[in-house]
Amino acid sequence: MATISEYFAMGGHGSYVWSAYGITLLVLLLSGWAASQRHRRALREARRAGGPAQPARQPKVTEL
Amino acid sequence: MSLKSWFHRFGSAPFVYRLCAALSPWFAGLAGILIVIGLVGGLGLAPEDYLQGDSFRIMYIHFPAAAIGMGGYVAMAFAAAVGFIWHLKIGHAAAAAIAPLGAVFMTLALITGAIWGRPTWGTYWEWGDARLMSSLLLVFLYLGYMALRAAYEERDKGDRVAAILAVVGVVNVPIIHYSVNWWNTLHQGSTVTRMDPTITGDMLWPLLFTLFGLGLLFAWMLMNRLRGEIVERERHTRWLQEYLTGLPQ
Repeated sequence: MATISEYFAMGGHGSYVWSAYGITLLVLLLSGWAASQRHRRALREARRAGGPAQPARQPKVTEL
Repeated sequence: MSLKSWFHRFGSAPFVYRLCAALSPWFAGLAGILIVIGLVGGLGLAPEDYLQGDSFRIMYIHFPAAAIGMGGYVAMAFAAAVGFIWHLKIGHAAAAAIAPLGAVFMTLALITGAIWGRPTWGTYWEWGDARLMSSLLLVFLYLGYMALRAAYEERDKGDRVAAILAVVGVVNVPIIHYSVNWWNTLHQGSTVTRMDPTITGDMLWPLLFTLFGLGLLFAWMLMNRLRGEIVERERHTRWLQEYLTGLPQ
């Protein structure tokens, strides 16, 4: 299996190459999950806000 | 289609929401395919660099991350400007959706660049290096945009103030690009983004795959975030409530 371990060693640069790829994979997985979660959370909250149609934003009425 | 009706359609939240819904699975699938091909090419088939050995393979994520981080900033500033000038809420929503993703990609560029720098330059990081500093500034511009938006209770106000920062910050993007020509930096000069690329074809094609693959992945995440922004802003509108009742619980 010399050739496979040679491949992963990357001519002595293996730790740099694989750590760069590993970190990238982890960060992208997390941020993909967070992006989907952002949408799902908004849907949940909108459902809770629920109710029949109201104007998008009602003007604030300040009490006199 | 006239410019006005085009504007009207893409300014319409329900239209953009449904467009993202329809496109996003295609983007995700194509992104996966392109990235896998690019990685097989970049980590396997491409020959090692005559000078840097195998460490150059970090380029296949470093370059796309930086290019997308910079391109994302221009897109964010453009969207924020459209929102500011024409009072188009969807522009601000798009800019808000881009900011965290751009910050993530640019941070990845910095991290992978530091890891690549260690065997190549003998150091992870060099304070004062023009390429490194201008890239770090871009991350702070993204974070500043997010922080400024969040600082206002009224969403419209935050959108407009942060849009000004986004647009002003755009000058940093060409500075990053030309920093390797204008100053002495550790960073190598351009080999891809120039009129006469000096990178060999064996090394270049996998880079194009990871570039477009990661670009589509960015777009996929962006569409999810934009849908979240739209839902949040439109939660009391009739179209959204009707859409919600049609969804399985």
